Amino acid sequence: MKQLLSGNEAIARGAWEAGVQYASAYPGTPSTEILENFARYPGIRAEWAANEKVALDNAIGASFGGARTIAVMKHVGVNVAADSLMSVSYTGVFGGLVLVSADDAGAFSSQNEQDNRNYARFGKFPCFDPADSEEARQYVGVALDLSEQFRTPVMLRTTTRLSHSKSAVEVSPPTERAFEPLPPFKREKEVTRVIIPAVARKRHPEIEERLRQIAEWAETAPVNRIEWGDKRLGIVTVGIAYQYVREIFEGFSILKLGMSYPLPMKMLRDFAEQVEQLIVVEELDPFVEDQLKAAGIAVAHGKDIFPMCGELTLAKVRAGAVKAGLPVAPIPPAVPPIDEVAIPARPPALCPGCPHRAFFYNLSRQKRKVMIAGDIGCYSMGVLPPFQAMDMLISMGASIGMAHGFKQAGGQEKAVATIGDSTFFHSGMAPLASAVYNRSNITVAILDNRITAMTGQQENPGTGKTLQGQETQEVDITAVVEAMGVKYVKEVDAWDVEAVGKTLKEATAFEDGPAVMVVKGACVFIPEYKPLPRLEVIADQCIACGLCFKVGCPAILKSEEVFEKTGKPKAVIDPLLCTGCTVCAQVCPTDAIVPMESDYMAGR
Amino acid sequence: MTIERLNMLFVGVGGQGVLTASDIAAQVGLDLGLDAKKSEVHGFAQRGGVVESHVRWAPVVGAPICEKGTVDVLVAFELLEAARWIDWLRVGGTVVVNTQQITPMSVSVGDAVYPEKEALLAALRKRAGRVVAVDALPIAEQAGSTRTMNTVILAALSTLLETPPEVWERAILRRVPAKYGEVNRVAFRLGREAAGA
Repeated sequence: MKQLLSGNEAIARGAWEAGVQYASAYPGTPSTEILENFARYPGIRAEWAANEKVALDNAIGASFGGARTIAVMKHVGVNVAADSLMSVSYTGVFGGLVLVSADDAGAFSSQNEQDNRNYARFGKFPCFDPADSEEARQYVGVALDLSEQFRTPVMLRTTTRLSHSKSAVEVSPPTERAFEPLPPFKREKEVTRVIIPAVARKRHPEIEERLRQIAEWAETAPVNRIEWGDKRLGIVTVGIAYQYVREIFEGFSILKLGMSYPLPMKMLRDFAEQVEQLIVVEELDPFVEDQLKAAGIAVAHGKDIFPMCGELTLAKVRAGAVKAGLPVAPIPPAVPPIDEVAIPARPPALCPGCPHRAFFYNLSRQKRKVMIAGDIGCYSMGVLPPFQAMDMLISMGASIGMAHGFKQAGGQEKAVATIGDSTFFHSGMAPLASAVYNRSNITVAILDNRITAMTGQQENPGTGKTLQGQETQEVDITAVVEAMGVKYVKEVDAWDVEAVGKTLKEATAFEDGPAVMVVKGACVFIPEYKPLPRLEVIADQCIACGLCFKVGCPAILKSEEVFEKTGKPKAVIDPLLCTGCTVCAQVCPTDAIVPMESDYMAGR
Repeated sequence: MTIERLNMLFVGVGGQGVLTASDIAAQVGLDLGLDAKKSEVHGFAQRGGVVESHVRWAPVVGAPICEKGTVDVLVAFELLEAARWIDWLRVGGTVVVNTQQITPMSVSVGDAVYPEKEALLAALRKRAGRVVAVDALPIAEQAGSTRTMNTVILAALSTLLETPPEVWERAILRRVPAKYGEVNRVAFRLGREAAGA
């Protein structure tokens, strides 16, 4: 049966079909749905790890034990896992090991748009690049076979457009399968799974030879294929870029690579010799292009006409081709954009009821006296109006280390680090230990919304639930912080505006090492969040002071009614959006915001 | 009318059901015997940001996203978003627009003004071959749940495309949880009636 599956759903399906029995991941857009989907298949184990390195280490352990396994992460997650990745290439694998790297060309939801194909060359392992969901499903199995045949880790690399596009995949309903334990562990005489210097030195020439053999394999692998057409133009393409190429360059000859490393150089050379002009179309870096040029193959056009930055689109590929005078159809005439009225931007905002709101409201009011280091999560939006309460943000878990470094270098302001619960477990514990050890008076606000929210509500070590939603041991953040020797630790109700403000003042005034406040309140998207009666504004009591607008809630709108004395608009609350969190009511100086009587009576 | 190929762009605001609707529209393409692809961008969308989702039907679909200037039908779940995305439409293309207005933060914090409804509709009419305006929220309420708003919009789209309504209804019912089946069936019927089916 043909079914529409996203690239991520197809990878999950392919992994299950290929007999993967253990998978580990840290959620991150655009990779998250892979493990969520894989977890639904029978006879397997799937887990959220605390971070991407842990996920890969888990997979390496599984592989060394003999199991087929995948580790899944977004592109920047591979940076976290890179230490182990580089070395597992040296040791080699036992059970097939595939690292799924979901790159974010376009940086739709990421801090950069790095091209992780570069890791394949760097780490000397192969990289597969599917072009649609059906290929994504198939390539997982091909990659696992290759991984076992050459005892190498393999990267399966997607970009956002593939991860989040749905296309037709041939599937049948999954059959039942029981989880099989591994065979007894065999300790070998020759140490291969322990990467001490002597082993590394011995292995290095072997992996160079392995790479050469894989390149040979690639020459005849069905994943690389030629679609012959008009030979006046030959296009080498890889991954999702193939989809744009087959539309824009319809009728011309295409060499479609299913893997970007190592390249089938003989096949490419033959293709180049048979076409009049060779061009390369690929997303992000000139990864294939540079390899072709280094091999002495003439490339007429590549990154000189197709953009290096951002994801490719039909429009960008066509525009590049037209500009270079290549034989393609002209750019279609477009409907002009609207210029007679101004179209306001729609920036993302903290959701109505969000447990981060009261904290950022307070932080924005105290921000003149502090420097704020932020972290990756929904609370990154603290940088946006109306709060504008974030001064630096660089990567997962970096807030605490940056705040500490700023202070130790002689920063005169108080330094506040804001970090989420999942991010704290990901990579916030080590920098906190370091700050305690080196005794800086930083303030750390752990915004514990009881879930990994930004990526769509995934469980983490602090939530007490597994990926599958089963009860498990909850790691207590406050207990962890106390055990590290932090002398000021306070939990505070996320929606209590006054208490959050008071705690923040206390914590920033504390001068005996780091002070940690745990701002606790569930994300509105999880069952633990309990909505209250929705609120409404008593118009006669509203003096249009604008304070409630400063809490940055999408449910609070400017009313058409104005306060006569000032001519300023009063507030009104959208009942479709309000969750009754009361943050706005708490900041209202005239008590004009009250629960809706109908909701109150209905017991909401 | 038999549709051979069709480019649709669904746009709206996070939480409006844009992605579910576009999933259903892609499935309808497959059910009509065509190839179909769907592609969405929803990075920060859950937090009230802009959501875009492309749906393409053709005998064989290549790119999962449309090219600017080739969208046959722009399906906008929110009035301002119709205006924001209008330049993706092909010349002579159609806009299906839900006239619901959701105030962006840039407006509620006072940095910008939400344009007049009539001015936006006039600007759309000036550019599109045809504009079909639907006030889907009250129809969804009448059907029994505001959450069926996307079904009402799909009903309007199905009417406009002159495709068999039962294919749409089946795809909708397969996608929504069983307990919301009946309310969606009602919403689909009311939506088609409102669209003049």
